[in-house]
Amino acid sequence: MVLKTRLYGKTYEFDSVKQVLAKASELKSGDCLANIAAESKLERVAAKTVLSELTVKELRENPVVPYEADAITRLIQDDLDEEVYRKVQNLSMAELREWILDSRTTGEMITEISKGLTSEVISGVSKLMGNMDLIYAGSKMRITAKCNTTIGEEGVLACRLQPNHPTDDVKGVIASTLEGLSYGAGDAVIGLNPAIDTVDSTIAIWNVLEEIKHKYEIPTQTCVLSHVTTQMEALRRGAKADLCFQSIAGSEKALDAFGVTISMLEEARQMFLEKGSAKGPNVMYFETGQAAELSSDAHFNADQVTMECRCYGLARHYKPFLVNTVVGFMGPEYIYDSKQLLRAGLEDVFNGHLHGLPMGCDACYTNHMPTDQNDIELLSMLLANAGCHFMMGLPQGDDVMLMYQSTGYHDIAAIREITKKRPMKEFEQWLEKRGFWENGHLGRHAGDLSVLL
Amino acid sequence: MSGNKKDFTNIRIQDMIDTDGIENVEILRKAKETTPARIGIGHIGARYKTTPMLRFVADQAAASDAVFTEVSKEVIKRLGVIEIKTKCKNKNDMITRPDWGRIIEEDQQQILRDKCIPNPQVQIYFGDGLSSPSIEANIPDLFPTIKKGLEHEGVSIGTPFFVRYCRVNTARTIAPLLGAEVACVLIGERPGLITAESMSAYIAYKPHIDMQESEYTVVSNISRYGMPPVEAGEHIVDLILEILAKKKSGVNLKG
Repeated sequence: MVLKTRLYGKTYEFDSVKQVLAKASELKSGDCLANIAAESKLERVAAKTVLSELTVKELRENPVVPYEADAITRLIQDDLDEEVYRKVQNLSMAELREWILDSRTTGEMITEISKGLTSEVISGVSKLMGNMDLIYAGSKMRITAKCNTTIGEEGVLACRLQPNHPTDDVKGVIASTLEGLSYGAGDAVIGLNPAIDTVDSTIAIWNVLEEIKHKYEIPTQTCVLSHVTTQMEALRRGAKADLCFQSIAGSEKALDAFGVTISMLEEARQMFLEKGSAKGPNVMYFETGQAAELSSDAHFNADQVTMECRCYGLARHYKPFLVNTVVGFMGPEYIYDSKQLLRAGLEDVFNGHLHGLPMGCDACYTNHMPTDQNDIELLSMLLANAGCHFMMGLPQGDDVMLMYQSTGYHDIAAIREITKKRPMKEFEQWLEKRGFWENGHLGRHAGDLSVLL
Repeated sequence: MSGNKKDFTNIRIQDMIDTDGIENVEILRKAKETTPARIGIGHIGARYKTTPMLRFVADQAAASDAVFTEVSKEVIKRLGVIEIKTKCKNKNDMITRPDWGRIIEEDQQQILRDKCIPNPQVQIYFGDGLSSPSIEANIPDLFPTIKKGLEHEGVSIGTPFFVRYCRVNTARTIAPLLGAEVACVLIGERPGLITAESMSAYIAYKPHIDMQESEYTVVSNISRYGMPPVEAGEHIVDLILEILAKKKSGVNLKG
């Protein structure tokens, strides 16, 4: 294995595969904070050059956290489809990149091969992709999964309706939900982040969302994004619930900081399959976001794109219905500005798809980033072109509980119109019946929640 | 051209309503009262009408400015306190180097040693954090309320001061430096669109360098839109008295 190259007469040498991966990463403030980023643009290119010649096998055999030290590494390695792996193990990263981009390579072919790729391999190939490469390759990939309805069909841009409220006031949640439905939001899931993470509150909110779903016969699924253990207890006490949510991270130590273990997630999945109200078989909803590991000092000196990929490696074990990267929530010390945010959004969606996951993106920002709504409007349009399966819908993009901004109900409708995408089929029919949507754009009752009350 | 447009940022979000094409306006009005979310704002095509669009960008601009503008020297002078700063040199350091935002360098430590009463029971200080306007908006009511409340109970209070580019974890250095039993940091919160001037109080019993984050007792959302400063001050006094009595803080307080 050669970890050395020459550019413009200067020799660049790296200590480890992990260091090559880190230095080959596009600039992120989090990697700078962790003191692992390339020190110059040329050093970054040198790392990319070295990376391009490493093989699938070399990246598999050098996970950024050792097999013995980390349960997520073990899970990713042990889950790998060895037969597929043997076919691709000798490909260099450059060859893998070109095979993915080749117009003779279809999305289905990529998804098949992805079963033999570890998260480090997928992270590696994304570091050799420009932004347009990520969009070009990403636009080929559709990953379908089934809960009550099916995510990932061709030509569909789905939406999570996010009706958050500062105090979980039930009437306020209903108001935001009904308005969102009238704009065509909510086909991926109607999912609320609770202000209060208690079993009682989770049951109360979940029952409200389920009532709305049944009363108006909406083809969708519901979720309350409390801690997984809270949701399990809610289910034990008889809550009606479709999707099981949890935030995850890319190392066992970081997962532990969320109060979660690998076996706990499997237990939750089994419980939702048995006791949940969804048809399934895909009943999990995961959220991720670059640098969750660094923020809990559990990144093992690996870069944030690679650690994020390991979240996807963990996620695919549970065959989720939705995986959502909340790309701009962590703050400017990890993802600084619009340039880094656009890049991270495109990386995450591509890398998730390459893991065989139905990916969505919360195109968002906090007010302590030097960004504004224009930046995520750009990101959301790029994501739609990159094949992102779903995005968030909030009242004018303002989350009045979590205090950050994301995409609005209006934005989802506008992106669908601009990119000629549609809501999920059965949901679209529901919208048309209610006068919320007609001929590929908003209908006469769009924005009028009073017609539902 | 009319330059007389009223200040629309004074209008409550709940009162911003677009009734165009709405079948039952009363129902929408009632729904608006249940949430500060920006519902019932109408649409033009699939885009925002001009007034709600301008209101959104105004609120976001206020939030962004709250993070990136400095607390002026005049404000500190009016509060009548001394000022020190962390290792950060500017707001950009502040947002990208959380590790520097907790470091008080030797020359700044010396200022505290020279100017502050040593070994108080409670050391209260102010930090800009992520909202500069939160200082001017809240401290003039908040600090005197806490001071009066604690002194009334015979608790000794240290010399107050302002820390520029301040993170909560400055408490880990400052409390041992001044020999304080309890530290109370009044610091600007990351602003949202509802208000850009919210502040939190982080209170800890004998904070030290290796303490857990969960050892802070936190009072958040202090502002005229959330928990008003005087009310928050009284609540903080009660918490500090409890912390002093039980000699612990944060999650440990509940046990």
